[in-house]
Amino acid sequence: MTDILLEIKDVVKVYGDYTALNKVNLTIPKGSIYGLLGPNGAGKTTLMRIINQITAPDSGSVIFNGEVLQREHISMIGYLPEERGLYKKMKVGEQALYLAQLKGMSYSEALEKLKYWFKKFEIIEWWPKKVEELSKGMAQKIQFIVTILHKPKLLIFDEPFSGFDPINAALIRKEILNLRELGTTIIFSTHRMESVEEICDRIALINNAETILEGAIEDIKKDFEQNTYQIATKNNTLTESKEFIIKKHEDQIFYIEINTNFNKKDLITTLNQNNDIISFKKHTPSMEEIFIKAIQNG
Amino acid sequence: MDKIWLIIKREYLIRVKKKSFVVMTILGPILMAALIITPTLLTMQDQQDRVIAISGNQLDFLEPLNDIENTHFSMIPQEEIDNLKQDFSNTNYYALLDFENENFIIYSDQQISLSIKRSISSKIEKVIERKKLKKAGINLKILEESITKIKIQTKIVNVNGESINSSTEASMGIGFITGILIYFFIFMYGTMVMRGVIEEKTNRIVEVIISSVKPFQLMMGKIIGVALVGLSQFTLWIVLTVIISAIAEIFLLNPSDIINETNSINNAKVLIQVNELIGGINLIQIGSCFFFYFLSGYLMYSSLFAAVGSAVDAEADTQQFVIPITIPLILAIMLIQPVMDNPDGSLAFWLSIIPFTSPVIMMVRLPFGVEIWELVISMLSITVSFILSTYLAAKIYRTGILMYGKKTTYKELWKWLTYKG
Repeated sequence: MTDILLEIKDVVKVYGDYTALNKVNLTIPKGSIYGLLGPNGAGKTTLMRIINQITAPDSGSVIFNGEVLQREHISMIGYLPEERGLYKKMKVGEQALYLAQLKGMSYSEALEKLKYWFKKFEIIEWWPKKVEELSKGMAQKIQFIVTILHKPKLLIFDEPFSGFDPINAALIRKEILNLRELGTTIIFSTHRMESVEEICDRIALINNAETILEGAIEDIKKDFEQNTYQIATKNNTLTESKEFIIKKHEDQIFYIEINTNFNKKDLITTLNQNNDIISFKKHTPSMEEIFIKAIQNG
Repeated sequence: MDKIWLIIKREYLIRVKKKSFVVMTILGPILMAALIITPTLLTMQDQQDRVIAISGNQLDFLEPLNDIENTHFSMIPQEEIDNLKQDFSNTNYYALLDFENENFIIYSDQQISLSIKRSISSKIEKVIERKKLKKAGINLKILEESITKIKIQTKIVNVNGESINSSTEASMGIGFITGILIYFFIFMYGTMVMRGVIEEKTNRIVEVIISSVKPFQLMMGKIIGVALVGLSQFTLWIVLTVIISAIAEIFLLNPSDIINETNSINNAKVLIQVNELIGGINLIQIGSCFFFYFLSGYLMYSSLFAAVGSAVDAEADTQQFVIPITIPLILAIMLIQPVMDNPDGSLAFWLSIIPFTSPVIMMVRLPFGVEIWELVISMLSITVSFILSTYLAAKIYRTGILMYGKKTTYKELWKWLTYKG
């Protein structure tokens, strides 16, 4: 029980005649970065709202840190929703203090920690400014700080990088990895597959209210590995053969899929007879390919 | 509980610190005073003398045409009249009154005021009437003596058998003013709540907040915060009005008047008269009921306004939901007159029990005297209603604040009421 922070068991949520979640199961280990993937409208946001107790499941259970999820857990969870904003007319400092206190921090503790983070992010001079004077990226930094300020055990980020320029996105990524080092468990929802591969340990893919994939990234990739190879040739041509089919030719690389009954050991010999090979490797599918494939199959 | 307190504090401070709050608080009593003083000032300004020319040829007919207040009549020869009809620029006459074959015509280089037109016509009517009466051989002296004016004093007999002076006019005045004020406050602060909800939704901060507090806490925090803003503003208005009127009294009253004995006697008389006027009206009851009905009416309506705010994406979309909420309030205002005509009738009774109209109508009825049991039923009914409306509004609110970019229909609202937590 100790190495699992959050367990979602058979969670069902129905809105009228629309099923948002249908018996969803997830197991999120402590200290992991867990990618929550899925197309728009798959039910990710509903799931995140259930974990945040914004809404309750119709059936099923959510176990947080070994206990049934309840109101007291609110202060142990930090949530950065996709639809995030700030009060435009309020001053940055006042607002950050307000949001921190709503999470259960005392005024003095919130003030001290906020000053620390504002200095760290080099935004202390924004403290007395009104939010409407800030750019979107600036506001995002403040939202990020407020989300992590109370040192939650579980952090939930919904599209955390949207609205950031590459420099600030890198800064946030660094902080997210830092938080994991400190033992925080992170749920990370995004459409940007490259960031999933970079930082997630495990993922769950939700489509049409159901989990269609769940597990460690390497395991999932292995499952999706097929008889596809990447080949580059000197003159950028590849002689066709009945042993394989060319799936695509992109950036001077041929992607070939060999026939299942063909002996793989003979492949290089066969290829070398007709072509001048520069490189040859087994193709590991990217998360994006897996995403698309899983959804098409599911 | 701590968290709802944080929300109340924010909602209160953010509004009280606004410039518009300060301006409205200061301007409120001034505007109020201006509303009362301006007509007086205007009539005072109207004291300039006017001379209306009449043809000397009509002398015998119009002879008894005496001056009306500041309007004088002056007879001028016919030639001058003909000149005046063509050119008004070089004279001091305000207007020219002429008549041809029983048709009266007023010539002037400007639009003459309605009150002057009326007073001239009634004056002429009277002159002609008297001429006709005289012709019929009626003694005008007897006729004049027979004109009588009486004054009816009303007294209310209370349970102790004492009779207290009362005044229908004062009751109507107080009922009307408090009824309108309740309407005004409910509407003003109710829409303030609605705008606050829309702001949180369009700023996209609402989801961040309800991951820390329950939607119900956020909604109630806002409603209570705004109620406190209303009460603060109201208290400040009363205090400021008292101060302003005290200052105005010092500056406007001629110092010599104060030491003038007869004047102070007059003042004392006025005070006695005021006392007599409102003697039969229970001001403490009206004051406390005003507080109760403002608060309960506001709580009921503002929760509905909050629900509307949560269901839309922008203030421009609120119309279709706001109209059904405001119709009962506007209806109450429109029915003030019939209620006053018969403050104990069944219309008045039912409108002061039905919670949507009771805050306004009960205030209108109170100065006329309302049975305690009626007051109790009315208060119970509105208390139950605001609890119920808050409960239903919270259900709509909870779902509405998280719905973006979807046009909400009544059917949709109904569905939201049935969703589970």
